Amino acid sequence: MRYLPKSPAERKEMLAAIGRKSIEELFSSIPEAYRLKKPLNLPGPFSEAEVIRYFEARGAENSIGYSSFLGAGIYSHLRSVVTDAILQRGEFLTSYTPYQAEISQGTLQAIFEFQTLMCQLTGQEVANASMYDGSTATTEAVLMAERLTGRTRVLVARSLHPEYREVLRTYAKNSGLTVEEIAYSATGTLDVSGLKSALRDDVCAVVVQSPNFFGVIENLEPLADATHEAGALLVVAIAEALSLGLVKAPSEADIVAMEGQSFGLAPSYGGPFVGVVASREKFVRQMPGRLAGQTVDQNGHRGFVLTLATREQHIRREKATSNICTNQALCALAATVHLTLLGREGIREMAEQNLAKAQFALSQLEKIPSVKRSFAVPFFNEFAVELPRSVKMVNAELLKSKIVGPYALGSAYPELSKHALVCVTETTSRGEIEKFVSGVKAALEVPL
Amino acid sequence: MGYPTNYRYTKEHEWIDAKGDTATIGITDYAQHELGDVVFVELPAPGTKLVAGKTFSSVESVKAVSEIYAPTNGEVIEANTALQNKPETINSDPHTGGWLVKIKLTNPAEVNDLMDAKAYEAYIEEKQKEASA
Amino acid sequence: MTDKIKKASRHTSQNEGLIFEKSSVGKRAFELPPLDVPAVDAGKSLGPYYRTEGVEGFPEVSEIEVIRHFTRLSTWNYAIDLGMYPLGSCTMKYNPRVNEFVARLAGIATEHPYQPQELSQGCLKILSLLEKCLLEITGMDAITLQPAAGAQGELTGLLLIRAYLQKRGNPRKKILIPDSAHGTNPATAVIAGYDVENIKSDSNGQVDLAHLRDQVNENVAALMLTNPSTLGIFEQQIPKIAEILHAHGALLYMDGANMNALAGITRPGDMGADVMHLNLHKTFSTPHGGGGPGAGPVAMKRILEPFLPVPILVEKEGGRLALDSQRKDSIGRVRAFGGNFGVLVRALAYILAYGPGVRQATEDAVLNANYIRKHLEGTYDLPYTRPSMHEVVFSDAIQKRRGVNTMDIAKRLIDYGFHPYTTAFPLIVPGALMIEPTESESKEECDLFIDAMKSIAEEAEKNPELVKTAPHATRIRRLDEVGAARKPILRWKAGEKSANDEVDTHPRKVSTPTVPTC
Repeated sequence: MRYLPKSPAERKEMLAAIGRKSIEELFSSIPEAYRLKKPLNLPGPFSEAEVIRYFEARGAENSIGYSSFLGAGIYSHLRSVVTDAILQRGEFLTSYTPYQAEISQGTLQAIFEFQTLMCQLTGQEVANASMYDGSTATTEAVLMAERLTGRTRVLVARSLHPEYREVLRTYAKNSGLTVEEIAYSATGTLDVSGLKSALRDDVCAVVVQSPNFFGVIENLEPLADATHEAGALLVVAIAEALSLGLVKAPSEADIVAMEGQSFGLAPSYGGPFVGVVASREKFVRQMPGRLAGQTVDQNGHRGFVLTLATREQHIRREKATSNICTNQALCALAATVHLTLLGREGIREMAEQNLAKAQFALSQLEKIPSVKRSFAVPFFNEFAVELPRSVKMVNAELLKSKIVGPYALGSAYPELSKHALVCVTETTSRGEIEKFVSGVKAALEVPL
Repeated sequence: MGYPTNYRYTKEHEWIDAKGDTATIGITDYAQHELGDVVFVELPAPGTKLVAGKTFSSVESVKAVSEIYAPTNGEVIEANTALQNKPETINSDPHTGGWLVKIKLTNPAEVNDLMDAKAYEAYIEEKQKEASA
Repeated sequence: MTDKIKKASRHTSQNEGLIFEKSSVGKRAFELPPLDVPAVDAGKSLGPYYRTEGVEGFPEVSEIEVIRHFTRLSTWNYAIDLGMYPLGSCTMKYNPRVNEFVARLAGIATEHPYQPQELSQGCLKILSLLEKCLLEITGMDAITLQPAAGAQGELTGLLLIRAYLQKRGNPRKKILIPDSAHGTNPATAVIAGYDVENIKSDSNGQVDLAHLRDQVNENVAALMLTNPSTLGIFEQQIPKIAEILHAHGALLYMDGANMNALAGITRPGDMGADVMHLNLHKTFSTPHGGGGPGAGPVAMKRILEPFLPVPILVEKEGGRLALDSQRKDSIGRVRAFGGNFGVLVRALAYILAYGPGVRQATEDAVLNANYIRKHLEGTYDLPYTRPSMHEVVFSDAIQKRRGVNTMDIAKRLIDYGFHPYTTAFPLIVPGALMIEPTESESKEECDLFIDAMKSIAEEAEKNPELVKTAPHATRIRRLDEVGAARKPILRWKAGEKSANDEVDTHPRKVSTPTVPTC
């Protein structure tokens, strides 16, 4: 087998060296009754070409050749080939967690740069080296707020991504946290008066997403004021991180929980992505996840190490700030490379293209008389429109023209049936947008 | 480093220096040596109640965290905030400059139940024997 | 350096600074195609939310500078592609390149989980086949591929146990965890809402059955067991352990981190485990990438199936696959979007490459560990002498007499061209050296490792200072971790000194580095 560097002769030699006659002897500590007598029933073995053929065949059964207007937490953006060229270097791809700092400076410096970029984007003072994704980062941010305040009630915007809310509930059930939802207003933003009436001195965190699930940008200042007055912490979740290229950094937040998938990570049917928790320096000892810190070696040369490890599971065990061990290091590296490629001008330009294309799509859709914009407030690259017919029906028609239509908001928000969440990024051409709009128009004209 | 004879000591390696109905509490030279270079100290705010046997503070090194247990019942009058900037004082001067909190004792007699310097020195000698066994 | 060091090479020593230190206004590394729709005034459009200054501090560099920067950084890393990682319980095996290739294919890397399921049959088939393969390997009845890593798998497993017990009237209060367990076990138990009770190991490093009998009662929800244990020794009593637990209505959770000793040889499901997680980035070759991503699927017996996290893969008429989210007893979601699909693809590619021959990998892994054990026995103290499976744990007791500990030996191993083994874990062995060579190591590499370890033992005897001040051959020497923790500097700020500025050459006192585990 090509992955095994032993010849039959070498196996014999090694067995002899340890005084064994057969490999079976090495498994004698396993009770006889449980030792398998037959090979496992598994497909293969496949040669390299067969492995490739298998996956190419699976790929052909998916959506190659379709254009897509789906966002809802996962965004298609341009990725430079340079990112993969770096990621595929064996020294990055096949290296271990950088506990042995002297031979992991590449990884550690890259993490330090990642942490810096995340701080620059979010306007926060410290950022960790990654969490699994945006949904678990949000949950970890809430648990962090619980530790910091000692309180157990959480107020969550209903306009936070439905799956993020589900994950929070799964974790909250077992941490003694109660989670309550705050409704959104007619403009799609968080209902501030609703928040104020729910706020009491038992709230540890208020969680709001911006841009929120409907694509709408939240006005954080009044939310922060109300939250802080009650002695709670404001957690801002961000699913479309590219928005920070044009949208003000959420510096009113006490903790930012971000999904970094937009930065150099392909949609990949849901993962792996990269979550980040960023916060104020004074909260750093309650932060979950790894942290790379700058220091010097015994000759005074700058170097980097994992630091503040006493928060983590391998030292604190039961009292750790999180159970996380393996994180998303290579994905964080992808984001780091991607962002250094984009740079200050590139991220602004990419964000501007998103804004322009989304606005164009909206303006074209609004030309269809029966289509109405759902929320009349600023958005980035996602917006909701109300259709006269079910979104499902329209999408079924669009599919015939090889278009994957927008997310049907009704599936997560029953009161928003017939509303569609349209996402347009820099990867969607004008032609595709126009085809989409005329496809929607045609779908709405199909006799019932 | 010797163990001040007017202090009392606990099995968890805290020392307490009682004067009337107030006392100062810290960790012993043995404890700081086991812990290694101290990087961070978590201290309670003035007014916090101390419950004998329960943790009220923690001292961190790079590789470990030590919970600090209250030797007696009491209330915090003052915490050694200088340790925030110079946690290393606990290593260099554990029995004086490295003090953690000054407290008001609920019941000064409780201090007498703790080990004196001689008993503590014998206790740590036992511990060191066990470790190298 | 002596002539005994056959492998060591110096790291390249460019003083590569931070990317921010190379930045200057006006440089670009990436250009976009021109905008094909009318431009929009962002300030007008976003109003008060407009980020007027852009992202301050973001680097401005050219493409070649990006390539050089990260290429240079990469040369400062050790990696599996360069040589062995003898890290215990990490299973640092070869990361097959075809796995990288297939994960990037069109139609595989590009799919959105919210697209119509009829357009995702390829993805669903991959998930379905992986599920079937992992069930076959583990001997279990049902599985979820959702958890993002081992720790999250552990949490999922405990939540499943909690839900199952809750349904029967009482979720119970305690989880029993051996004192040899990985730190994620107790950390996870607490997050799942349980108290942790330690269970001692006996003189053979196995679960002490007498203690177990005493400790298991109606307050105990489960025992979390790693098998083979973190000592690399097979828990022979696992059927008995399962029996004792089941008799009290408690469950057996198996931490599958050490599956590399069992795959194709035996199956945890056959031995009484009720639920277990797998680490795809260990046993199933997906790359560590400097710390992740991984995946931690959880396999379980039928009794836990009703509580599976949603969505669940189901087969409909005509063989069409679908994702079903309607399960009233489900524990819910542990993460958004179904799972680390890209990692799952790589694991399936690995399994397909081996087929039933996966047994050979396990055999080679166990052979390598025993070969190394045989050659180092006597040179290093072996505290537990039961047969080793895929890993072996020595201690530094012999070298300690000369003041040399496991951390020092590990650092000196770097000078010989290897990554250190796992130091100071498991906790039940003071001064542990935990060595797992995996099946990816040739006899040649094993021999080089053995020679290095023997040479270091000799150095510890004759020249302990050399070992205590190692490593000597690296670009960076031992780092001041105390300083890093006292005054954490966790990001670059404009105006900071660059590494290329004058360097203070006075040697500083540095403390013993941190205790890492896998």
